[in-house]
Amino acid sequence: MRVLMFGWEFPPHITGGLGTACFGLVKGLGKHGVDVIFVVPKAYGDEAEEGFRLVNASDMVLDFTKTIYQEHWNRIKFMEIGSNLVPYVGPEEFEKMVQEDSLKLSEETQSVFSERYQFSGKYGHKLMEEVSRYAIVASVIAEQTTYDVIHAHDWLTYAAGIAAKKVSGKPLVVHVHATEFDRSGENINQTVYELERQGMEEADLVITVSNLTRQIVIERYGIDSEKVITVHNAVEPTDRPELNEVTKHVHEKVVTFLGRVTFQKGPDYFIEAANKVLKKDPNVRFVMAGSGDLLNKMIRRAAQLHIGTKFHFTGFLNGPEVDTMFAMSDVYVMPSVSEPFGISPLEAMRSNVPVVISKQSGVSEVLKHALKVDFWDIDALADAIYGLLHYEGLKKMFIKYGKDEVDNLKWDSAAGKVLEVYQRAQTL
Amino acid sequence: MRSICLYFQVHQPFRLRTYRFFNIGDDHHYYDDYQNRQIIRRVAEKCYLPANKMMLDLIREYGTAFKANFSVSGTALEQLQQYAPEVIQGFKQLAKTGCVEFLAETYSHSLASLGNREEFVRQVKRHSDTIELLFGQKPQTFHNSELIYSDGIGEMVTDMGFTSLMTEGAKHILGWKSPNYMYCSARNPKLKLLLRNFRLSDDIAFRFSTQGWPEWPLTAEKFTGWLNRIEPREEVVNVFIDYETIGERQWKETGIFEFFKALPKFVLSKSNFRFSTPAELTHILQPVAQLHVAHPISWADEERDLTSWLGNELQDEAFSKLYALTERIQTLDDPAIERDWQYLQTSDHFYYMCTKWFSDGTVHKYFNPYPSPYEAFINYMNVLSDFTIRVDEAIARKRTSGLKSKSKEQKEKAPKVVRKAPRTTTGKLIEEGHVKKLTTIKAAKTRAENARKAAVKTTKEEVAEKVFKSLNFDDIITLSDSKIKKIIKSIEIETVSAAMKGANKELREKVEKNLGKRALKTYKELLQQIKTISESEIKKSQKLIEKQIKLLTK
Repeated sequence: MRVLMFGWEFPPHITGGLGTACFGLVKGLGKHGVDVIFVVPKAYGDEAEEGFRLVNASDMVLDFTKTIYQEHWNRIKFMEIGSNLVPYVGPEEFEKMVQEDSLKLSEETQSVFSERYQFSGKYGHKLMEEVSRYAIVASVIAEQTTYDVIHAHDWLTYAAGIAAKKVSGKPLVVHVHATEFDRSGENINQTVYELERQGMEEADLVITVSNLTRQIVIERYGIDSEKVITVHNAVEPTDRPELNEVTKHVHEKVVTFLGRVTFQKGPDYFIEAANKVLKKDPNVRFVMAGSGDLLNKMIRRAAQLHIGTKFHFTGFLNGPEVDTMFAMSDVYVMPSVSEPFGISPLEAMRSNVPVVISKQSGVSEVLKHALKVDFWDIDALADAIYGLLHYEGLKKMFIKYGKDEVDNLKWDSAAGKVLEVYQRAQTL
Repeated sequence: MRSICLYFQVHQPFRLRTYRFFNIGDDHHYYDDYQNRQIIRRVAEKCYLPANKMMLDLIREYGTAFKANFSVSGTALEQLQQYAPEVIQGFKQLAKTGCVEFLAETYSHSLASLGNREEFVRQVKRHSDTIELLFGQKPQTFHNSELIYSDGIGEMVTDMGFTSLMTEGAKHILGWKSPNYMYCSARNPKLKLLLRNFRLSDDIAFRFSTQGWPEWPLTAEKFTGWLNRIEPREEVVNVFIDYETIGERQWKETGIFEFFKALPKFVLSKSNFRFSTPAELTHILQPVAQLHVAHPISWADEERDLTSWLGNELQDEAFSKLYALTERIQTLDDPAIERDWQYLQTSDHFYYMCTKWFSDGTVHKYFNPYPSPYEAFINYMNVLSDFTIRVDEAIARKRTSGLKSKSKEQKEKAPKVVRKAPRTTTGKLIEEGHVKKLTTIKAAKTRAENARKAAVKTTKEEVAEKVFKSLNFDDIITLSDSKIKKIIKSIEIETVSAAMKGANKELREKVEKNLGKRALKTYKELLQQIKTISESEIKKSQKLIEKQIKLLTK
């Protein structure tokens, strides 16, 4: 079987969990004998291509005299409305998008129709323009290659998926890694929502990363529950023995929050819980690793609570730094308000770090050896942290069973389930 | 005539409330009163009250031909008294009929038999006393929490004066043997063992309303038919189930009440079985064989072992931290601490920490108020942390008040010394002399005290027979060789060697010369093996020996 897959990013050039998940899935599919053509807006040339083809959309030369593209353009034109809430926008890249005026719109149309469009491959200012252009390129690739199923990851690529389906008539599977409700709470961006809904509508089958997300897709997007299937994410095993030699330079136990410091991740609950624990036991250090739009607010809050000497901010951490951070941690906390899946607890457990996760995360559906609390229940969160720090038996249990549990969440088996979805899509 | 013996376990734990770590050292109320009350009320209405009434009706209808037996834990009794006293009234009425026997168990339905011998003995006694007080009968037959039993437990139970015990007819213990006989303990043939017929018991307790079960629906007639099919030579069927089965686990809609109402009719008319109490059984029956149970068994799960309560890291940590408090608590006399000490020992708390249901065991999940064993553990440990602080504080208080009364004594005596001092010294020297005198007098006092103690020790030998109760481990040296031999015989050689590890040379020699050849050999080997042994372990063994001294020299 051959699959045309549309993604937005690919390791090592990633800004969120999407790229990592795609990589794991593609490798897993390879083991099931599935041939994948993976299309990204911009390839850097150093991506690990193992058993699949990576197509760089920036390399595509388009002949825009063909009417077919004009048609596509007419269909996806509405995307040119600015969005000020786009996923995974780092503070550096975050630039408030302004309402498009007619003049700008025509300019953008011009630039989209240049023969060779340089995708930035990043999330930010020109995101909507890139999404549109990506869809057009997709239709070209869709026409030039042969495959059995189209697979599109998250809303950025849904338009591309739809375009490919229109051109080839092959079944489309869209993969929901996150929804607009996860990113923005109740203040959703209507344009993004509409794009998501349309992608799910047009798709033959929809894959969600958790039952939590599946429920949102069914309830908030009105998608027929029959065509929504949950395939939980997995995690790639790592062998990094050098991490065993990582030593922390403080004698206190370290409790870590690691992720974007945004509303969705619940950093404020982490600080409040830290405060409660520190009142009882000052012999603990808390670390908030990551950056995001709530970072400054969090720093102020830590100062207000006078826990500054025990509460530390690291800013954004890159891959190896993340691993080191895990190796130094005694407890990992993910208090997400809404988390479609949440792969980081699995990475922590892989490093023998016990985890506390919110019940509002998809990953809590697959983990047994984790402490689960409601994100808003600061008392329960603080209690779980305290328990892990003080009662040896707990830690022993986690080390004994946690790593095994994570090692059993293999992309191979997740890919097997995805393959079943492909097969079902072909029969529809 | 053959016998069927019906036993009903009535137990309710004091369930803990959500107790956060920041409550530690601040809030000493541990129980979810609301939930406990709700559950007791619900179970009373669905099970205890109607089932008690049914039992009473049956006894009235069939007279002494129908018998039922109960084991009610102390924690259940306390909660019933508090929230559903009419249930206790019902049990009292049943007790008056003379057709009901109450069994002995540990007061708080605890695992004390595995944790601490003295605590175990204390709890059983407390439970027996409570039963006698409430129902006017002294329990004759013992059954341990969750039917946990081993040779060692059997021995402790025998030492307490029981001659019969109820436990699980576990397959791996019985092998080809049938549970439908009375057996006796291999180590202590005086102790008669009654074994639960788990197949027939579970048919009622677990499978009664399972529609997928080929035997569904189970009727009294069918059940009697099964009794008839049992080998004619086999003598007794012990059906031991939770009382809550009637009406609570098996709802009344399943026909469970009708089943029990019809059972005496069919059994008495259609079979050669009669209803008996365990006390009657021990008179009617003779043990057919001895049973060896080296490792503890229980009635739980497929394995019939302890893994529902002990064995994983969580359970073991909680259990060892809990029983590490035993000695400290025994020095205290604080009713509030004693109460919590009992409630915290209840086996259910450890059951909630079981991780077996991760793979199977839907039963565990069903009765577990916690979402996971981890939550159960954290909550329990928070409570235990607070409890430990309270115990330590109580001990510290006791010590300081003890010291205060001592120093008070000294103050009363001190003036005499002061008065004497000025006579010999003057000026500044008075003060110095005073201080010196005080210290010398203090030293003299301690010497005198020691001498007095020593004197007591020597006189002890003469009045040994009378004051053996106050004998402690070191006093073994004062005992005659024949006595020592007798004591050693009654104790496992492992215990002796552990205790000797902490003894002085003199005492060791005294004991060693009283060991038999073979015993001496094992003893020497053991001493070699146990290079390192904890102080508490030694203390424990010495305590055991002391116990034995007291028992044997009575």
